[in-house]
Amino acid sequence: MSSRDVRLAPPALWGVILSAMVMLLSACSSAPAVAVRGSGDLGVVIERADGNVKVIETSGRSVLATVGGLGDLSHASVVFSRDGRYAFVFGRDGGLTKVDLLQAKVVGRVVQAGNAIGGSISHDGSLVVVQNYDPGGIKAFDANTLELVADVPATADDGTRSKVVGLADLSGKRFIYSLFEAGEIRITDFSDPKHPVTQRFAGGKQPYDALVSPNGRYYIAGLFGEDGLALIDLWNLDKGSRKILSGYGRGEQPLPVFKMPHLRGWSIAGNRAYLPAIGRHEVLVVDTETWAEVDRIKVKSQPVFAMARPDGREIWVNFAFPDNGWVQVIDTVTGQITDTLQPGRGILHMEFLSKGHEVWLSARDDNKVVIYDTATKQPIGGFDSASPSGIFFTTRAARTGF
Amino acid sequence: MKIPPLLAHAVVFLGAALVSAYVAAADEASIEPDPARVRELIHIVRQDCGSCHGLTLKGGLGPALTAEALADRPAEGLVATIIGGRPGTPMPPFHTILSEPEAVWIVDLLLRGFPPDGGLPQARGVD
Repeated sequence: MSSRDVRLAPPALWGVILSAMVMLLSACSSAPAVAVRGSGDLGVVIERADGNVKVIETSGRSVLATVGGLGDLSHASVVFSRDGRYAFVFGRDGGLTKVDLLQAKVVGRVVQAGNAIGGSISHDGSLVVVQNYDPGGIKAFDANTLELVADVPATADDGTRSKVVGLADLSGKRFIYSLFEAGEIRITDFSDPKHPVTQRFAGGKQPYDALVSPNGRYYIAGLFGEDGLALIDLWNLDKGSRKILSGYGRGEQPLPVFKMPHLRGWSIAGNRAYLPAIGRHEVLVVDTETWAEVDRIKVKSQPVFAMARPDGREIWVNFAFPDNGWVQVIDTVTGQITDTLQPGRGILHMEFLSKGHEVWLSARDDNKVVIYDTATKQPIGGFDSASPSGIFFTTRAARTGF
Repeated sequence: MKIPPLLAHAVVFLGAALVSAYVAAADEASIEPDPARVRELIHIVRQDCGSCHGLTLKGGLGPALTAEALADRPAEGLVATIIGGRPGTPMPPFHTILSEPEAVWIVDLLLRGFPPDGGLPQARGVD
């Protein structure tokens, strides 16, 4: 009987020791309790006037935190690390800020130019490249440390520097971009980061933005100074660039453009590209096999974004000032506008969830983010946000050209 | 010591004339729009001009519009650019958005340093 008592004692003792250890260990971790969560659910909303970003989660459509101190965020844009944990925020004032979304804090920041417009991240996630207006050029940074790796000025033959627009990531640590004043397209290869190599291509008059197709094959630069776009087949680089949609304005007097359109890989749905016309209240539809115009769709005003819902079934279009309270939806099967919405005042940006069932819109002049169900076209949520502009979900981390 | 009545009348009359002439001249230089429109105009300049010229007006695709950057620019030329645009550049004409006196008022503020944006008034009815 007594031997049985002895056998029972150690487990009881271990019970006491283990609970003591657990208590001691939890006392050691001084960090506040952070809910364990996946980064794939997260995103950021730029609050342009205050230099803040809001960290949001999309399952509960809620704001997790506000992170400040990011400088001038007018026209800010964001790319994500491959794991979706870090947001690299590019500010207008040349600031490049690395935000840890899981801890909701700034983990790195450099002010790398006087005036910047956006950036991109290499496919392997090792380099973050910023496109600058002043001084015109691109700069590559180590994505871990934000140390400058290479500085590539956008210098034309006459020695002047151009503003860089339309930067996008290509395979193999290569980046493609356009020069606004010089009208050129360039590809810089950072395979040997200390010795970047640049190739030059003809662009066109005043490229204002550009896109790389989701499969990484085509680069298209929109031109402000002429009726047409420049196209490069990146799988046949030796063929150089060519013009598409030349003369789409048919020589008519262009309408005033109160805000430059934005181009990205979202303009492509199936085998069609939907491109905002410049100075015309139209979305141009192009066949991505032949690059010939197949349709043009009349819309309410100067389009800024023509964004394909990720399944390609719809194109959502927003507009330049003073018609920036409107959004129109185009059915890609019929080519007709199915819905004309007024989600709020000053709709600057739209971001779809990765399967396209929801779209988040920033209503700058109402100081709120509104969320629409794309099936019913009805608002299903939203939250207050000070002068919101760009909305960026971490699902961009998985896409070329984002 | 007594001032002759005629002189007193003349002084008062001339003084009043000078004051009203000064006020008229100031009015001509810049007519203050009504408070709601002031708020709207400041918002337009900061946010919508800001989409090219930067929210801080330190420049972007378009040049800087800070007081320092515009110091040696004649006001009439700036007003003409706002109203008529600059052909060959992305600067559009704003005559459908702004009246000429409003453009004069904006240029005057730009040259003195533009005030911060207080946001738009609360949403009105459907427009």
